Amino acid sequence: MNPERRQFLGWGAAAAGAALAPGFSLIELARARSPQEAASKLQRWGLLIDITKCADCDACVTACHEENGVTGHGRPETDAQWIRKVSLRDKRTGYAQTLPLMCQHCEHPPCVDVCPTGASFKRDDGIVLVDKHTCIGCRYCVMACPYGARSFVHEAVSGQKADVPRGKGTVESCTLCVHRVDRGETPACVAACNRDGGKAMVFGDLNDASAEIHRRLRSAPSSQVRADLALNTGVRYQGL
Amino acid sequence: MMRIAAGIVAAVMAAAGFADSGGPRASRVAVPTVKIEKGEACVAPTAQMRRDHMKMLLHQRDGTMRQGLRETRFSLKNCIDCHASRETGSVLGKDGFCSSCHAYAAVSMDCFECHTPLRQSRAAGASR
Amino acid sequence: MASIQYREIEGRSGAYFALLAVLGALILAGLGAAWTMEHQGHHVTGMSNRIVWGTPHVFAVFLIVAASGALNVASIASVFGRELYKPLARLSALLAITLLAGGLAVLVLDLGRADRMIVAMTHYNFKSIFAWNIFLYTGFFAVVALYLWTMIERRMHGYSKRVGVLAFLWRLVLTTGTGSIFGFLVAREPLHSALLAPLFIIMSFSFGLAIFVLVLMAACRWTGRALGDVVLNRLRNLLGVFVATVLYFVAVHHLTNLYIARQHDVERFFLWEGGIYTALFWFGQVLIGGVLPLALLFGASSRRAFAAAAVCVIAGGLAQLYVLIIGGQAYPQLMFPGKEVSSSFFDGVVAAYAPSLLEVALGVGGVALALALTVVALKVLPFLPRSLADGELGGGTA
Repeated sequence: MNPERRQFLGWGAAAAGAALAPGFSLIELARARSPQEAASKLQRWGLLIDITKCADCDACVTACHEENGVTGHGRPETDAQWIRKVSLRDKRTGYAQTLPLMCQHCEHPPCVDVCPTGASFKRDDGIVLVDKHTCIGCRYCVMACPYGARSFVHEAVSGQKADVPRGKGTVESCTLCVHRVDRGETPACVAACNRDGGKAMVFGDLNDASAEIHRRLRSAPSSQVRADLALNTGVRYQGL
Repeated sequence: MMRIAAGIVAAVMAAAGFADSGGPRASRVAVPTVKIEKGEACVAPTAQMRRDHMKMLLHQRDGTMRQGLRETRFSLKNCIDCHASRETGSVLGKDGFCSSCHAYAAVSMDCFECHTPLRQSRAAGASR
Repeated sequence: MASIQYREIEGRSGAYFALLAVLGALILAGLGAAWTMEHQGHHVTGMSNRIVWGTPHVFAVFLIVAASGALNVASIASVFGRELYKPLARLSALLAITLLAGGLAVLVLDLGRADRMIVAMTHYNFKSIFAWNIFLYTGFFAVVALYLWTMIERRMHGYSKRVGVLAFLWRLVLTTGTGSIFGFLVAREPLHSALLAPLFIIMSFSFGLAIFVLVLMAACRWTGRALGDVVLNRLRNLLGVFVATVLYFVAVHHLTNLYIARQHDVERFFLWEGGIYTALFWFGQVLIGGVLPLALLFGASSRRAFAAAAVCVIAGGLAQLYVLIIGGQAYPQLMFPGKEVSSSFFDGVVAAYAPSLLEVALGVGGVALALALTVVALKVLPFLPRSLADGELGGGTA
């Protein structure tokens, strides 16, 4: 092979590699994570909720608490709530809406900043969790959360779901059903809304241009609750 | 002074003679009953499990919690699945696999404040 | 400089042991309350998912803030060279340690997982001001203990100014950290403000000195030590200045908020429509904690008036922290401007809270612990000068 041809082939290979390389990372995103793999920064899980479709039901709340073993004790002030329906009524116009509110899985979570032991943390793929092994129950994160998303477990817990450990004296909140997400499923609230509710919720990878959530966010306006705090939440709302 | 010291040493050695040198004897704490009811072998050799199970649990839990590593062989659920008692379905309680040894050794364990000690039945579906 | 003679208190009278017995009973009650809270879970208290920091935290923060301020008298002596205060320096440092111990005890016993203290001491998130506070508080014990050593051990006297400066700077950082716990909370309208750190510093001056004065008066009275007017008048003026400064900071905080349209709802809540919080603000914090002490300190000259003023400052301080901490949580978080909000999680409404007996017992137990440690320490080591009569105080221009 003469030098010119060798050089041409070399440049050609380099150009082909440069053209194909982005495709490899897309393939990585499209493939579901296997159990032996760690959560990756390439993904950012998010939720999109279209309030105009949010009916008066609370299928999401029931499904979440059923899936995660969050039981009440008849004490509404101290019972944990991982998700709740919030009713809004415009003070001037009287226009009424409802929306489900849960941990917003911020990119810059105030709860993570204030936790003294680092128990409140953000996983690489954007899910904000509480490491119950390290939580000392100081409740500083509950003070710090702008959305009131965190609950403190005020009594002993028994009959926990195997995938969702919960215990007295620690703080907890919506985990975006991380045990389901890691298996390639959607959170329980989204599944319930699509099955029994107004089909208002979409779950997906905010970094994946081909995901439905990405398309919906690109094609219609959406907002964050307390956007002024610049937390870049993973949960977005349409119709607010 | 020397006499007092000698007396103390003698008393300690006499008491030591009554100490347990191994083998069965009557005691107030039940000797652990380890009933392996399932499976041919654990995920690691028995000697290693006896020595290092706590280290393995700690390491695994941080991997699962912080990085989302969910290798099912090493998950707590899998341990409980094999080791839970046939009758009670739990690793706690009388003759419970975990509680039996821990009660004997007087080592408290924190795990089951939050984790369920019950084996999940296969028919239940989603959880594995 | 005439050398001051210090002596331990005798501590053998029936009254001494009766005092210890009462304090011991209160400590036991506090421990019992903590055990109940830990065993049953916090649902037995008045705290809830909306009000997660309740009466124990009011007491704990008060004790911690006062601890830092109690060191003031010693700092004025060592750092600023005012000889007149030198005889009081040891008691000042002792109170700093014991008050902090009492406050931290309450805080730790209220944790949901107090059994995880080892975890708290080995896992740190250094972005959290709480994590920094753990170092600041434990370091404070060490620094003040060192400071006491330089004051009590004759051969170390030469170092007491340097260590005094270290202790002074340390407590400024510590109190800034305590105020910042609340000031950094972007989620809480009534709290997030840079003003909270300096407000806590000046509160520490005020509360710490009030407690110091009461302990000094009681200790001298009950052990038959002379306490001259020269010292007391200086302390009287000092306390008056501190109380006035606290009022100034509170006024600036609220006036600024009143100027900002977005903060009007918060101000209306605290100043007018907040029920118990409004009452505690005006009657507790401003009247009893501010105006009344000023009248007693500058309008009257008797010791009784001084002691009454100190008691008022303490009561007002507790009211101020109640309004700040609990009122700050009771006020709803504004997530949807311009909308009326309601939900099953008590969004959009002022959260209800009533202190439970368990919480009060825990808080009071912490106070009792601080006092008991002081009472015992006074018997064990020479913290009090034999006399503080006017003629006996060395150097110092009046």
